[in-house]
Amino acid sequence: MSWGNPLSAPVDAVSRKPERQLFSPRNRRELRKIAIGLLFISPWIIGFLAFSVYPIGASFYYSLTRYSPISSPRFIGLFNYEKLLFFDPLFITALKNTLYFVVFAVPLGNSLALALAILLNQKVRGLALFRTIFYLPSILPLVATSIVWTWLLHPQYGIVSAIMAELGLPIISWFADPAWAKPALIMMSMWGTGWMMLIYLAALQDVPQELYDVASLDGASLWRKFRHVTVPMISPIILFNTIVGLIGAFQYFTEAYVITSGGPGDSTLFYSLYLFNNAFAYFKMGYASAMAWILFLVILILTFLIFRTSAKRVYYHGN
Amino acid sequence: MIAKSSIKRTQINSTVSFVLLVALSASFILPLFWMISTSLKPIDQLLLDPPIWIPNPLEFDNYPNALEEQPFLQYLGNSLQIAIAAVLGALISNSLIAYGFSRVEWKGRDLIFVLVLSTLMLPYHVVMIPLFVSFSKIGWVNTWLPLIVPAYFGHPFFIFMLRQFMLGIPKELSEATRIDGGSEWVLLTRIILPLCKPALATVALFQFIWSWNDFIGPLIYLNERSLYPMSLGLALYHNSQGITDFSILMAASTMAVVPIIIIFFFMQGVFIQGISLTGLKG
Repeated sequence: MSWGNPLSAPVDAVSRKPERQLFSPRNRRELRKIAIGLLFISPWIIGFLAFSVYPIGASFYYSLTRYSPISSPRFIGLFNYEKLLFFDPLFITALKNTLYFVVFAVPLGNSLALALAILLNQKVRGLALFRTIFYLPSILPLVATSIVWTWLLHPQYGIVSAIMAELGLPIISWFADPAWAKPALIMMSMWGTGWMMLIYLAALQDVPQELYDVASLDGASLWRKFRHVTVPMISPIILFNTIVGLIGAFQYFTEAYVITSGGPGDSTLFYSLYLFNNAFAYFKMGYASAMAWILFLVILILTFLIFRTSAKRVYYHGN
Repeated sequence: MIAKSSIKRTQINSTVSFVLLVALSASFILPLFWMISTSLKPIDQLLLDPPIWIPNPLEFDNYPNALEEQPFLQYLGNSLQIAIAAVLGALISNSLIAYGFSRVEWKGRDLIFVLVLSTLMLPYHVVMIPLFVSFSKIGWVNTWLPLIVPAYFGHPFFIFMLRQFMLGIPKELSEATRIDGGSEWVLLTRIILPLCKPALATVALFQFIWSWNDFIGPLIYLNERSLYPMSLGLALYHNSQGITDFSILMAASTMAVVPIIIIFFFMQGVFIQGISLTGLKG
């Protein structure tokens, strides 16, 4: 932290020579390099302005208006936000459903991914085959797999019901039961956790074997090795997967749209689904934009909090 | 010594691991097994309680029947065209952008790169509505352009990945070419890109899968049936069907899934590599 040292300040000030000549040969070379750099990244700059900066600004402006596609936006101040937070029970329902999903799906998916990666890291036979089986579901088209799960969990004719009946377990109506629809979707999301497993597997293979050897010499148990060697060594990856998983879970849409369309009884009306309905079914573009901004803020704040609280626990080795 | 250490890595009893893996992979396969099994069921074996696992006889006619119900071949063709156009855009744009962020040294580069990464946190829903409004104003609704054109302006994930890869190529290679009077363009196309083939393959693959699987984009922008990609065609067909058509629905789902499975099996190495290329390992 050299900038905190008062002694270093005068030295800095002395060494910083004022550059008067704007077009000195050195500066010209510098400018040329900047121009070349900007030229190469210009597609990104244009895209950033057109597909990120402008829409962010426009969406904030829309959120302060009443706006349907057939009329132009009419400014109404914070009315949309007020209505959402205090007078829209469906908004609260959607928020609760989404938090329920996030709270269960993210840690469960993350844990399953880590468990699978640890199992695959044991030098078992058939590694490539197992890895394929766990990874594949996560890259298949969600619309198709959603339809498959509708049929898989069909209470009467689905194979899961048949297996449960065979085991003497009670029949569950899954997507047709307000109490079970969300758990069923969470289960399905865990089926798609393979990409996370692959990231964990790569991280585990990078943990130096010597650390385990030393721990073994000290007589550490399996659990202690996991807790005190594995977890600290892969903690940046755990953080990464948690944040990416979180951002994804808050935007959970396709499965709910295809399988349940928000039902039964609004039990799977997730935030994104309600937002989409407001925008493209009820044509309340301003209202939906306000929802989008609330979502944006929630994600930003949560990400920030996770970074802050994890700062002491995440271990970065090397650079 | 080596043998010893590999024994020690096998901390969890290997039989226990193996049994666990077999059980878990069985449950991971179950949905796909059930999909294929149902897609081959004659109508009288579809709604049985308890259900049968493997139909007898196999009814392959569900596939041509599905194609008769809906123009799924056309949907597949549309998906393919959209995906290929987007892959082309992703390859061109991300190569240029990543080059500017790695092989050219300029003031402010790394600061702007942080900005690139920060856009990863931006939820699609924030930009969704203004983009829809803009695209409708310029008459792009009911065309594939909103699904394709953004790919021509780079994606933070690909920029990050390609940049990591390009940073790994020794600097001296560039210096030598520059001394010989080669321009940055020559450097990029003749020297750097050929070395980046594995990373470019990963970009192509992931973009293809994203485009192929995309649902909310087509749902928002397309309302003419002849333009539907597979994802949208399948979802709307599903919503209009009762339970009796599940064997046909599963045949259609299989058709949507199989191209991705085929690509995966042919390019498995690239997939696995892609994850380590993202530099997440360290």
